[in-house]
Amino acid sequence: MMAFLRKQVAGLAGEPSKPLLAAGALAAFLVLVAAPRSSLGLLFAILVLMAATGRNAPRKTGLVIGALLLGIAVPAAGLRNSFLFELGTQVGIYAALALGLNIVVGMAGLLDLGYAGFFAIGAYTWAIFGSPQANQFIPGGHFPLAGSPWFFLFAGIAVILAAIAGTLVGLPALRLRGDYLAIVTLGLGQAIRLMANNLDHPLNITNGPQGISPVERPSVDFLVAGLRRLGVQADAGDVYPIFFYFIALLAACAAAAISTALDRSKFGRAWVAIREDEIAARSVGVPVMRAKMLAFATGAAFSGLMGAVFAAKQTFVSPESFTFLQSITVLVMVLLGGMGSIRGVVFGAAIVTVLNIEVLKNFSDFLSGLRQSGQVINLLFWQYDCSRLPTQLEPAKYERMVFGLIVILMMIFRPGGMIPEARHCMEMKTGADSDGRNGNAQR
Amino acid sequence: MLEILPGVIVEGALLGSVYAMVALGYTMVYGVLGLINFAHSEIFMIGAITGAEVFRHLAPVGFNPFLILAAALAAGAASAGCAAVAVERFAYRPLRRHGSGNRLVPLITAIGVSFLLQDLVRLVEGIWHNEFYISYPSTAAFERDLFSWAGVNLQIKSAIVITVAVGMMAGLTLLVEKTRLGRAIRAVAQDSQAASLMGVDPDAIISRTFLVGGSLGGAAGVLFGIMFAQVNPFVGFMPGIKAFTAAVLGGIGSIPGAMAGGMVLGIVETAGAAYLPLATGGAVGSEYTDLLAFVVLVLLLFFRPQGLFGKPEIDKV
Repeated sequence: MMAFLRKQVAGLAGEPSKPLLAAGALAAFLVLVAAPRSSLGLLFAILVLMAATGRNAPRKTGLVIGALLLGIAVPAAGLRNSFLFELGTQVGIYAALALGLNIVVGMAGLLDLGYAGFFAIGAYTWAIFGSPQANQFIPGGHFPLAGSPWFFLFAGIAVILAAIAGTLVGLPALRLRGDYLAIVTLGLGQAIRLMANNLDHPLNITNGPQGISPVERPSVDFLVAGLRRLGVQADAGDVYPIFFYFIALLAACAAAAISTALDRSKFGRAWVAIREDEIAARSVGVPVMRAKMLAFATGAAFSGLMGAVFAAKQTFVSPESFTFLQSITVLVMVLLGGMGSIRGVVFGAAIVTVLNIEVLKNFSDFLSGLRQSGQVINLLFWQYDCSRLPTQLEPAKYERMVFGLIVILMMIFRPGGMIPEARHCMEMKTGADSDGRNGNAQR
Repeated sequence: MLEILPGVIVEGALLGSVYAMVALGYTMVYGVLGLINFAHSEIFMIGAITGAEVFRHLAPVGFNPFLILAAALAAGAASAGCAAVAVERFAYRPLRRHGSGNRLVPLITAIGVSFLLQDLVRLVEGIWHNEFYISYPSTAAFERDLFSWAGVNLQIKSAIVITVAVGMMAGLTLLVEKTRLGRAIRAVAQDSQAASLMGVDPDAIISRTFLVGGSLGGAAGVLFGIMFAQVNPFVGFMPGIKAFTAAVLGGIGSIPGAMAGGMVLGIVETAGAAYLPLATGGAVGSEYTDLLAFVVLVLLLFFRPQGLFGKPEIDKV
C-alpha cells in the first residue's frame, strides 16, 4: 500500500507510467460508481487527471483520461446523485476563477486582493439585464432578456467589461510596489462591493443589499427536446444541473488551455521575469507595464466570465457573494495548489471547494445531530451532555479559520504549493547545482 | 454648513486619535520588518473584545466605572500585546528563518493570520457565551456632558478617549526617543544587520516592537469599544484599513507621521460623513464614508506613496 502511494506521489511529480494511470482512472471510476454520495470519487478523478497531465506525461493520455473521467464517468455517477453535479459545477467555476487569479498572482507575481470585484462585475452584468431589474432605469419593459443567445452575448460583454475594469485598475495601480498594489486592489474590490450595496438610490441599478432575483438561465429546451427524441423523459429542472456542470467544465478546460498557451508564450516568460526581478526584467527590455496589464486584464476577464455563469447558475445575485472572503477563497486555492502551477491550481480549487461545501458542512451536520440527540458522553470522570454544545459551534461558518491555517502553514512549510510549478522546480535544481544555494537567492 | 464645523472637528479628532494609535502599530512593524502587518487589525479587535469581557464581568459587581475602564484598558493592552508577540513568534519568525525570497510571502501569511485570529476569537466567544456580538455597557457616568461650548458637547467618554490616546502617544514618543529600547528599535529599523553587529539582538527587538505596537492597538480597541458600544470578531477590518491608510498618509515607518495621519484621516472621514449628504442634496449619503477612506488611500498611493511628510523610496539594485 505504501509503495503504491509513493508511486502515486512520484506520478504527481511528473513521472507517471501508463499502466499506473489506467489503474488510477479505473479506481477513480469505481469509487465514483460505488460511492456516488461522497465527493471522494470526484477528488480522486481530479487527482488522477493531475498525474496524467504531468510534465513528462504524453499529452494524449491526459486528454483521453480527462475526457473519460470528467466527461463520462462523473456525469454517469451524477445521474444517481445530482449533488455530484452541484459539486462538479462549483469546482469548475472555482477552478476557472483560480486559473484567472493564478495568471495575476502566480505567473506575474502581482498580489490581487480584490479579485471578487471583477467577479461581481461579471455577475451583475448578466443579473441586471437577465432580470426585470433593468426596467428600473431603462423604460419600456424590455427586460428580462431571456434565451441562450442573450446570455452568451452578455457573458461576452461581462468578459469585456471585467477586462476593461482590470485595465482601468491596472493602469495606475501597477506602477506601485507589490505590497501597496495588494492593498490598493483590496480597496478597489471593497469599493465595487460597496457600490453594489448602495447603488439602489438615487437610481436603482443593483437593487442594493436585497440583491437581484430571479436571474434568467440560458434555455435548455434543445437539450430537453433532444433527450425526448432519445426516449428519455426529462424536464428543464433535471437538465439544468447537467447543463451547468458541462458549462463549468468547459470554462475550466478553456481557462486551463488559455493559461497553458499564455504560460508558454513570450508573455508567460515576461511574467516570470517580472515576478523574479522586476528591475532586471526592465533593464533587459521586457515591456513591464504592458505585460503586467495583460496579466491583470486576462485574470479579470476570466473572473468576469465566471461571474456571468455564476449569476445564471444561482439565479440570484447579491453583494454578499463578493466579499473579501471570496477573494481570499480563490487566493487560498492558488496558494494551496501552487502559485504559477496550472495543474496545482486546479487541484487546489477542487480541494478547497470540497472542503468548503462538503467537509465542513458535514461536520456541522454531525455536530447538530449530536446536539439534538442529547447524548451524554462519558470520559472516565468527565461527563458531557451533548445537548449543551453551543449552537455557535458550526464548522461550516469557520472557513476563515481553515483558510487562515492553510495559508500560514503553506507559506511557512511549502511556499511552492502542493504541486509546485514545473519551471520553478527546474530553476531550483539548477540553482542548487550552480551555487549551492536554493535557486531564488533574491534576498 | 459652518456651524457644525467645530463638532465635526472634535468628532474627527476623537476618531482620529483611535486611528492614530492603531496606525502606530502598522508603522512600527513596517519600520523594523518592512512588512504590512495585515493581522494588526485583529490585534486591535482582540483588545476591544478583551475590554468588553472585562466590562461584562466587572460591571455587575458594582465597581466604579472609571476603575473598570482602567482595568479594561490594561487588560486590552496586555492581551493584544501578547497576541501580537505570539503572532510574530509563530508566524513571521519562521518565515524569516527559512522563508523564500518572495516579498509577497510575509504579506500573504499576515492575511492568513488575520483570518485565523478572527475565527479563533469567534470560536472562543461562541463556546463561552454562545454569541459573538458583545456590547460595552452604556454607563451614565461616561455619557454625561463634560462641557458645552460653541455648539460642541464634549462627553466624558470623549474626553477620556482623547486623554488616554494623547497620553499613550506621548509615552510612546518618550519610549522611542529616550530609552535604550527605543534606541534599539530605531537602530533595527534603520539597518538590522548593522544593529546586530553593534550588539542589538534584532529578534528580541522585533518581538518587543510587536509588544509595544500591539498594546497600543489593544488599548485603542477598548477606546473604540467605548465610542461605538458594540464589538465583534470582525470589527477590526475597517478600522485596520483606515489606520493603515493613516500610516501611509503620514509616511509609513514614521511615528509622528502616523499620529498626524490618523488625525487627518479621522477629520476627513467625519467631515465626509457630515458634508457629503449636504453637498449632494442627500443623493450620496454617509454610507459611502468607508469608500472615502479607500479613495484617500488609492489617491495617496498613486500620487504620493511616500506620504505627506516622507521622502520618496528608491529601489536599489
